[in-house]
Amino acid sequence: MDFNLTEQQKMMQKLFREVANGVVKENAADVDEQERFATESVEAMRQAKMLGIPYPREYGGAGADYLSYILAVEELSKTCATTGVILSAHTSLGTWPIAQFGTPEQKEKYLTDLCTGKKLAAFGLTEPNAGTDAASQQTTAVKDENGDYILNGTKIFITNAGEADVYIIFAMTDKSQGTRGISAFIVEKDWEGFTFGLHEKKLGIRGSATRELIFNNVRIPKENLLGKEGKGFRIAMQTLDGGRIGIAAQALGIAQGAIDEVIPYVKARKQFKRPIAAFQNTQFQLANMQTQVDAARLMVYKAAMAKENGEPYTVLAAEAKLFAAEVAMDVTTKAIQLMGGYGYTRDLPVERMFRDAKITEIYEGTSEVQRMVISGAMLR
Amino acid sequence: MKIVVLEKQVPDSTEISVDKNTGALIRDGVPAITNPDDLAGLEAALQLKDADPSIEITVMTMGLPKAKEMLDESIARGADNGVLLTDRVLGGSDTCATSRALAAALEKVGFDLVIAGRQAIDGDTAQVGPQTAERLGVPQITYVDEIIKIEDGKITVKKALDDVDQIITCKLPCVLTTLSGMNTPRFMNCNDIVDLMKEDKVKVMTNADLGLDPSLVGFAGSPTSVKRTFTKDVSAETNTYNLSEQETATMIAKTLKEKQIITK
Repeated sequence: MDFNLTEQQKMMQKLFREVANGVVKENAADVDEQERFATESVEAMRQAKMLGIPYPREYGGAGADYLSYILAVEELSKTCATTGVILSAHTSLGTWPIAQFGTPEQKEKYLTDLCTGKKLAAFGLTEPNAGTDAASQQTTAVKDENGDYILNGTKIFITNAGEADVYIIFAMTDKSQGTRGISAFIVEKDWEGFTFGLHEKKLGIRGSATRELIFNNVRIPKENLLGKEGKGFRIAMQTLDGGRIGIAAQALGIAQGAIDEVIPYVKARKQFKRPIAAFQNTQFQLANMQTQVDAARLMVYKAAMAKENGEPYTVLAAEAKLFAAEVAMDVTTKAIQLMGGYGYTRDLPVERMFRDAKITEIYEGTSEVQRMVISGAMLR
Repeated sequence: MKIVVLEKQVPDSTEISVDKNTGALIRDGVPAITNPDDLAGLEAALQLKDADPSIEITVMTMGLPKAKEMLDESIARGADNGVLLTDRVLGGSDTCATSRALAAALEKVGFDLVIAGRQAIDGDTAQVGPQTAERLGVPQITYVDEIIKIEDGKITVKKALDDVDQIITCKLPCVLTTLSGMNTPRFMNCNDIVDLMKEDKVKVMTNADLGLDPSLVGFAGSPTSVKRTFTKDVSAETNTYNLSEQETATMIAKTLKEKQIITK
């Protein structure tokens, strides 16, 4: 059993830290305050070739491993959780289904541009009435006389919406078949009839573009069916299994980022003529926080390695996301408490981290869904 | 065309603190970085390569074996390969001995253009680049702020002096020394990191490879000796002036120029 990062992973981690501290960090507060897309972050990731880390070189990826990609999400999320989810949604939700289920032609046409960062990707499963109950899809794709599909419906809360060029969209191709009637499609941004709703006003990850996707008689050429007809729900569930490791890494990064902010503060802040780091309450709180984060890190890395090695990872991913998200909530809450009134202000980043942490308990499967996945496997 | 970029691994001076009792620099645990002026030189070379991918970029340094990590990082930014001069005999070199070793190595590996940073943030001598050019017998342009073009075996650059800029054209091969303000160095990238792990692209050279007389290199070949290092005292003396707004502005501008905090 080897808990050490490889030389390659260490060097990548150093790069991700340079990107995070060199570009991402300085824009994080503004991205949150202005609720604007983290354009500078995406440009830096493009330059550092971070937008296709686990995908093959022949399609423009780096040809590295899944854990390296997870390290990227972790490092970015330490300073800006919005940037973390842009990368995560692009890599594991938008790009992975094409890499995994795409035809050679689809890979040629889409994967290369996504891996090189020329284009961004997004994933549209959730609907106003199909959240945790993702199987009750109301978006439809009806085959026309040419074998093409006509897409109608609405997706909601879609990350990277409007910014992405390529969307993986799920729709009912045969309502009578239930989950076996759902199919996956590759949809391009500028197709006629495809529009975007207003930006959602959110508690956290406020720079992440979260919008509705509205499809009004959008014609999808038959060659853009992803995988086989009726296999869409399986594709969605498998994609989310991997995506959860990305969100777990985001939660892990947020939590470590909060601790990294607290340490210098408690050393410098003096009360009763002593730095508050000298008080046992501070010391014990910090010890608990770091222990929780280190435990989360082991779970996240283990899930990533299982995926990389082709081992089952559904339960590991669910456990990692469940635990890391709750750790992120707990640690950011305590980080504000240690910083008192200053921590509560928007002058310091921990209140943002606290707001950002909450979404990790909700998206790509709520914590309740993760518990269903874990216990479902236990009681099978 | 082959460009050799000279680099030095230096302690991150923003992380150095001074021992309050002895006045000595505390170097323990201080991260090593690529000297900023050298990184600008590398970026300038990479920009030339962006425009002409046939250009080969070699990064070269003399230092401890651990300086290889710096060369690897430069290759991960886009350089093609590296040369590490490392040998106990080369240890303790001053600028005179350093430039002798570098010039010998440059003659072995060949070059059309050598780019060195203006000066290192630890030694601050700004001597190694110019000395290396002298030993190679090629022209040098120091304080380069911009490479304008390379054409017909000639290079045209902008040299930034305190109060004037000069546009200089010079025949290749030559040596440039670059300023850290001339560009923003790019990040490493994931693809080059993956490639680097498949193949070691750094060639190690010892003094035997250079064929230099051991008495002319390293500590033995260094005429310079450091007599004492110390931290300058900060004076608490404050001058007080009573001036109008206009006079105050003029005086601040004049003082900043005198102290070379601003140059124009």
